[in-house]
Amino acid sequence: MAKLDWPQQGKAALLGKRHDRIDGVAKASGAARYAYDILEDNMVLARVLGCPHAHCRVKSIDVKPALKVPGVVAAEALKKPGDEIQWQGDLVAVVAGETEGAIAEGLAAIKVQYEVLDVFAQDDDLEAAQKAKRTRRAGQSTKLERDIPDEVEDEEAWEEQELQRLFKECDKVIEGQYGIPVITHMCLEPHGSTCLWQGDKLIAHLSTQNVSGTAGQFAGPLGIPATDVTIHCDYIGGGFGSKFAADTWGVTAASLAKKLGRPVKLMLDRDLELKNAGTRPSGFIKVKVGVDGNGVVKVWDSHHWGTNGIGGGVVSQGVIPYVFDPPNRRRRATGIRVNAAPARAWRAPNHPQGAVLSQCAYDDVARELGIDSYEVFQRNLQRVSNGKTEVYREQMEIAAKLMDWKAKWHPHGKGPRNGSVVTGLGMALHTWGGAAHNSTAELKIHPDGSVEISLGSQDLGTGTRTVIALVVAETLGLKPEQVKVNIGYSTYPPSGPSGGSTTVGGVSESSRRAATAALNQLLDKVAGKLGVPAARLEAKDGRIQDSQNPETCISWKDACSLLGMSPLVAKGEYRRGRTKTNLSSSQVAGVQMAEVAVDLETGIVRMKKFVAVQDMGLIINRKAAESQVQGGVIMGIAYALFEERILDPQTGAFLNAELSDYLLPRLGDVGEIVVHLYEPPSEYQRGVVGLGEPPVISPGAAISNAVCNATGVRVPTLPLTPKRVLDALAKAQG
Amino acid sequence: MSEPVRSRGGFSRREFLKGSGAAAAATAVVGAPLVAPAEEATGLIRGAEEVTLQVNGKAHRVRIEPRTTLLEVLRYQLGLTGAKPVSADGCCGGSTVLLEGKPISAATTLALDCVGKQITTVEGLGAQDNVVQAFVHQDAMQCGFCTPGFVVAVKAFLKKHPYATEEEVREGLNGNLCRCGTYVNVVRAALEVVKGGRNG
Ligand code: FES
Repeated sequence: MAKLDWPQQGKAALLGKRHDRIDGVAKASGAARYAYDILEDNMVLARVLGCPHAHCRVKSIDVKPALKVPGVVAAEALKKPGDEIQWQGDLVAVVAGETEGAIAEGLAAIKVQYEVLDVFAQDDDLEAAQKAKRTRRAGQSTKLERDIPDEVEDEEAWEEQELQRLFKECDKVIEGQYGIPVITHMCLEPHGSTCLWQGDKLIAHLSTQNVSGTAGQFAGPLGIPATDVTIHCDYIGGGFGSKFAADTWGVTAASLAKKLGRPVKLMLDRDLELKNAGTRPSGFIKVKVGVDGNGVVKVWDSHHWGTNGIGGGVVSQGVIPYVFDPPNRRRRATGIRVNAAPARAWRAPNHPQGAVLSQCAYDDVARELGIDSYEVFQRNLQRVSNGKTEVYREQMEIAAKLMDWKAKWHPHGKGPRNGSVVTGLGMALHTWGGAAHNSTAELKIHPDGSVEISLGSQDLGTGTRTVIALVVAETLGLKPEQVKVNIGYSTYPPSGPSGGSTTVGGVSESSRRAATAALNQLLDKVAGKLGVPAARLEAKDGRIQDSQNPETCISWKDACSLLGMSPLVAKGEYRRGRTKTNLSSSQVAGVQMAEVAVDLETGIVRMKKFVAVQDMGLIINRKAAESQVQGGVIMGIAYALFEERILDPQTGAFLNAELSDYLLPRLGDVGEIVVHLYEPPSEYQRGVVGLGEPPVISPGAAISNAVCNATGVRVPTLPLTPKRVLDALAKAQG
Repeated sequence: MSEPVRSRGGFSRREFLKGSGAAAAATAVVGAPLVAPAEEATGLIRGAEEVTLQVNGKAHRVRIEPRTTLLEVLRYQLGLTGAKPVSADGCCGGSTVLLEGKPISAATTLALDCVGKQITTVEGLGAQDNVVQAFVHQDAMQCGFCTPGFVVAVKAFLKKHPYATEEEVREGLNGNLCRCGTYVNVVRAALEVVKGGRNG
């Protein structure tokens, strides 16, 4: 009888080892087809026209001139006179045509008149936002050791008094300001789809993180049943939280395709991608912390603000302060409405901002008191929000060794100078849930011994196919290449969207369950043949054998031939919160350390070394897991040192909405990156926990702290561009 | 077919206009799904002409306008979608192909300028190529959208610098962008090829 539980640590044939991706050659050789790459007979291309103004009303719109352009097949207004537009780049019209050139000419021919309206675009300026009446309270929460006395009527006033009293009791009170601006998702494959109709049925080749959950989003607006929609996505060129929906442009492509009777490919242009298809909210904070002489934070009082676009939301106050949980704290949040598209979930929503807005303040405690940052972080571990004090402690020790922290450490701003260059160290901690999502898998064992498994999941770059193949092969005692993995179609049994580090847990759950159920059916058949009770049989090395007497065995192929004519089918189902499980779990910690070099004359920050220590429960594919941590770190280096969305404060124009202006690190910018996957028995036993989000959380804070350690000066706002560094240095010198 | 469409964006009853006869006249042509099959069929394409492009060692007749990019032809007429449209200005390396052995951005190169020259795309390297294989061994990919461009860039770089050091690799491959953060393993893949790798 095959057991559902994972093999004991060290006993697995495949799990936890280093495996190449099963779709690696397809990706590297250009054979992998993304939504952008799908070619259908008689297909037309379509592109959209973006609004040039950040706030305006459409007075008139005339798409007819586009139709005079040779090669243009269709043009359609997506806004009507009177419509109000709230961000630059909002979609105004669509043109379909035979060539890119014809479409570009067609788009340019469309005549739109706008009435330009007032714009607000300064999410970092709280006063200006208040003056412009663009703010709204986004929550306040106070936690104090002392209970509010019963007789108190004005609770807020009492809390204020109590905070003042607590601050007076502290050995030192430190104030700081920190900020992290809006960034975009910048998926290299923009949002979009290739849509075609077969009779009344729609096939949408969609660039999506949500294969099983998007059909209805097409069906509703198109007025057809969801059963008539098939979503297909074999490969997706980046999502990072921005590709869960059909989106207006997806529905537009589908309806155009219907009207034209031709397949339509509609992908957003780069600038419209950046203006419409996803950003991460900004956060700016004023903090006051009260500490004892050891740097242990006793009181935290903060107010943060920022924007998630026109909706006026802000970074959740729940992540302030981040990971650390001081005994007394008050936190307030204010959202600002700016003329920009709504934000979308960005890898580890809220957490990277939480880390920067909180842990830069903790590092400033070290700077002010002249204590080693490591010591301050360690002493404050006594109180952490996820109860993982011991895990952090061990991870910090490992990270410090890999970084050679003790030997390299110097107090903030007191390191040796090499010409105009100084170096420094910084660290940060993070946490994430990463619980498995719902997933159903259907596994077939064919009488010829071949095996296939189907589930409506997707591969964002995690290596989902390989994870599934490894789990099934491990369970059935086969090689991963013997398992055919079918994902990417909404016609397969449903699996959750890939968001929040839920996929590897989810597909491992359903695959393991399906494979175990299938194997047990097979073992029942083999038991009779071998004359060994099924309970004693096991699948190993391509055979079914008596676990007590492995000589008694039958090859996998011969075992499967016992199935007769039809394949054996088994389902594996996992429902979060409902299915009892030892296979997956949630909640991880993680420690990261950065070493940087800062040129005091040019303000240029260079990454020297970065150490990431990460737990994730049980590791399925060690090679891909390491890649994922590296990727998170590099994305973190991106927002720490390079990228931000720049809106013109007067007009709200998105000034750097092209890849050449929107800076991202290149291969030569990332320095040495050391990844340590933390998997002691206590972690392995927890089963699988998602890994996608955690490593992207800490780099901003860790790198900012390293720059502060190098220079002795806090550069308050990310990214730490040469100008910001020089400005901070100049300000510090007075 | 012409039912008013309601979309999540809130617009409804959009005016829909169709090119007069254009859609009806265009017919499917295998291998040339986008460009109208012949000028007289649509009478639409500006200055379109037939030329021959040498791609991956084979001659292909394609129909292009003077403004047609090499990338558009590769993808939509020849079905070679390994080179990706990522940025219109070629600053990301996503559409890297080899022109006479030198890496260029197909997104910013006019197809007309490539007539009479040898074009090699990632598909021309093939699955067994040592750079492709090294990318797989070193897991130098995540979503994979930047990967074909990177593979071609590494191929060209190592042809010029077959004994490149790690430092040279870090300095010489900055024309390609990866959002997923695969740089560490791209460096390792390049060095694996330098060392002779498993398929070197
Ligand atoms: S692997 Fe996704 S952009 Fe490079």
